[in-house]
Amino acid sequence: MPDASSKESPQNGYEIIIQPSRGWLRINWRELWEYRDLLRILVRRDFLAKYKQTVLGPLWFVIQPLLTALVMSIAFNRIGGVDTGRIPDIIFNLCALLPWSYFSQNVTTGAATFTANSHLFGKVYFPRLVVPAAASISNMFALALQFIVFVAFYLYYAFSGADIHMGASVLLIIPLMLLTGILSLGVSLLIAASTAKYRDLSHLTPVLLQLWMFASPVFYPMAKMEHHPSFSWLCWANPMAPIVEATRDILLSGGAWATPQMPQMLVTSALTAILALIFGVAAFNRAERTVVDSV
Amino acid sequence: MKPVVEVQNLSKLFHLGSIGATSLRETFERIMGRNTSKATHDDNRVSAARRGPYPNTFWGLKDVSFSAMPGEIVGIVGRNGAGKSTLLKILSRITEPTSGRAILRGRLASLLEVGTGFHPELTGRENIFLNGAILGMKRWEIAAKFDEIVEFSEVGQFLDTPVKRYSSGMFVRLAFAVAAHLEPEILFIDEVLAVGDAGFQKKCLGKMGDVANRQGRTVFFVSHNMSAIRALCREAILIENGTVAFSGTPSDVISRYLAATVPDDASEGGDLDWRHHAEQPGNSEMRIQRIRTLDPTGRPQTTFEAADSIDVEITYRILAPLRDLRFRIQLTTHEGELAFQATDHTFQRELHEPGLYRTTCRIPGGLLNRRMYVLGVQADLAGVRYIMHMTEFINFLVSGAGNQSSHFPEAWPGVLCPKMSWTTAELPDAAV
Repeated sequence: MPDASSKESPQNGYEIIIQPSRGWLRINWRELWEYRDLLRILVRRDFLAKYKQTVLGPLWFVIQPLLTALVMSIAFNRIGGVDTGRIPDIIFNLCALLPWSYFSQNVTTGAATFTANSHLFGKVYFPRLVVPAAASISNMFALALQFIVFVAFYLYYAFSGADIHMGASVLLIIPLMLLTGILSLGVSLLIAASTAKYRDLSHLTPVLLQLWMFASPVFYPMAKMEHHPSFSWLCWANPMAPIVEATRDILLSGGAWATPQMPQMLVTSALTAILALIFGVAAFNRAERTVVDSV
Repeated sequence: MKPVVEVQNLSKLFHLGSIGATSLRETFERIMGRNTSKATHDDNRVSAARRGPYPNTFWGLKDVSFSAMPGEIVGIVGRNGAGKSTLLKILSRITEPTSGRAILRGRLASLLEVGTGFHPELTGRENIFLNGAILGMKRWEIAAKFDEIVEFSEVGQFLDTPVKRYSSGMFVRLAFAVAAHLEPEILFIDEVLAVGDAGFQKKCLGKMGDVANRQGRTVFFVSHNMSAIRALCREAILIENGTVAFSGTPSDVISRYLAATVPDDASEGGDLDWRHHAEQPGNSEMRIQRIRTLDPTGRPQTTFEAADSIDVEITYRILAPLRDLRFRIQLTTHEGELAFQATDHTFQRELHEPGLYRTTCRIPGGLLNRRMYVLGVQADLAGVRYIMHMTEFINFLVSGAGNQSSHFPEAWPGVLCPKMSWTTAELPDAAV
């Protein structure tokens, strides 16, 4: 056991050097691994704390997207007249909200990392990256709950004769959600790092998320965006656009891509996500070194 | 044997004015070349010794070097704002130094506060694991020590109650219990011992001494409580103006510290006058502006006649309404023995509205012995929380004829020497 050796002999190689750091991307993987218990326990805390504070408990993770799907179906599809094709609008929206709620939850909690934990960060050291990482894992539980609700609605619509079906491709949902996780972690780290320096930016986060949602095909099919004369570039520029559409293709159309270019779009999205994560981690690392001096 | 902690020329530069998050507007103004009027104003707040190389900067720490061997308990003393917390924060890796470096050979834990990360909604049991993990313990380590922690904390029967329902005493006991069972090679402690009731404090002090003596761990202990420093530490460091002013045995360091407690701009001994808001002891609710020790004629003094009374005068500003504020003053001898503590609890008003106040305590003549005393002052809301922990401010000498009712100044034992009343009568033989 490596732990035991470092415990028994302080002189035995365990050495921490504190000095001004150089380089813009240095992650201490070994240290992150040392703190895996903290990660696990923070995930548990996030979930327990959220659940204990409310009467309805974890039901909120379900009610929120359900209400959103309902309201948006009325506003966009019934009143606004956006056509969802052969797919009933509620399940159409509910399905797209799976990746989107996960994404926006991650960004919201991750972006507030420094401000929400300033007290903790000012008193004790641990790799700060553990906190947003734990948040995106604990948000996965909400995603799973939401998925169960989706399945219930899916069964209801499938049995009442709607033209929706899943196939073996349903397994693709796992890499797709991982992609969403990576992208949202990257984005939230970038925002967290900039709000550490400019507190005002925290007011911008909800607005940014709302704009981003409307720029993603959550309540309308991507075809509308793709064939729009001045907004088709968003399919490529917005990494969430293909994720949302692909989730629908997988869960409601048996994996048949509505857009022939979907694979290329997904690859672009994945590359963007990785870039966002790299820059996010670098910016976050930079900010965490001295953030307690200013927050 | 190599030192466990080696600190080499550690420095930290702070930016004035940007303490507190910058706003976009400030950055904008800086780029546009406005915001310059503020610079000159801010620079006046900083003494020349600590002024940084650029406008609006100051040295929180400058060229600090020291080292410590395994098993040592090192006391760190210094005035508020001297740089103790900055040093601790750098060594705890909460913030980075600007230059220099420190080598820590071993696992490190710092207790800048007890109960960091406790979540009110979670139970005592859950919080033990959470807090332990935040402090860097492995799950199996916590599990192995779980029973010990529970026993130490004395909250066993409330283990499955959310800590938001704990009394503050229970909360603190549980928090310290977790911290006390950390097994790092290096431990930094900041004033956390000033928690809990006297019995529990004693238990904590005992635990700390144990950690260093028996287990060979190195402890750094920051405190304003000179008696605790004296009792626990074998080495001490005095931090002044961001540098190590002196290091040596606790008694030497404490003498230097107390001699230097007079702020830069005080004109006489026995008069501590903090002009700069940032240096005033206290918190966001109350700031102490001035503490004086006065002789019967009202002059600040540090030497008193044993027969004369001493007025301890505290001038302070209340910044937020405070209920049940009380002061406690304490005299200890230079050797660290407690002479007495006294409080104005029953003399104070129930509610303090914001404003400037002055509280005076008269120590009667004919009470103290002829020796050096150290005056400590503490402010708290009775039974609720501390405003300012017991902090030692002024040392003064009681001399003169003394109270042993003899004009011959012979050495007299005891922390006090009260003037008593005695009677002697010659009795007729028949009475016996």
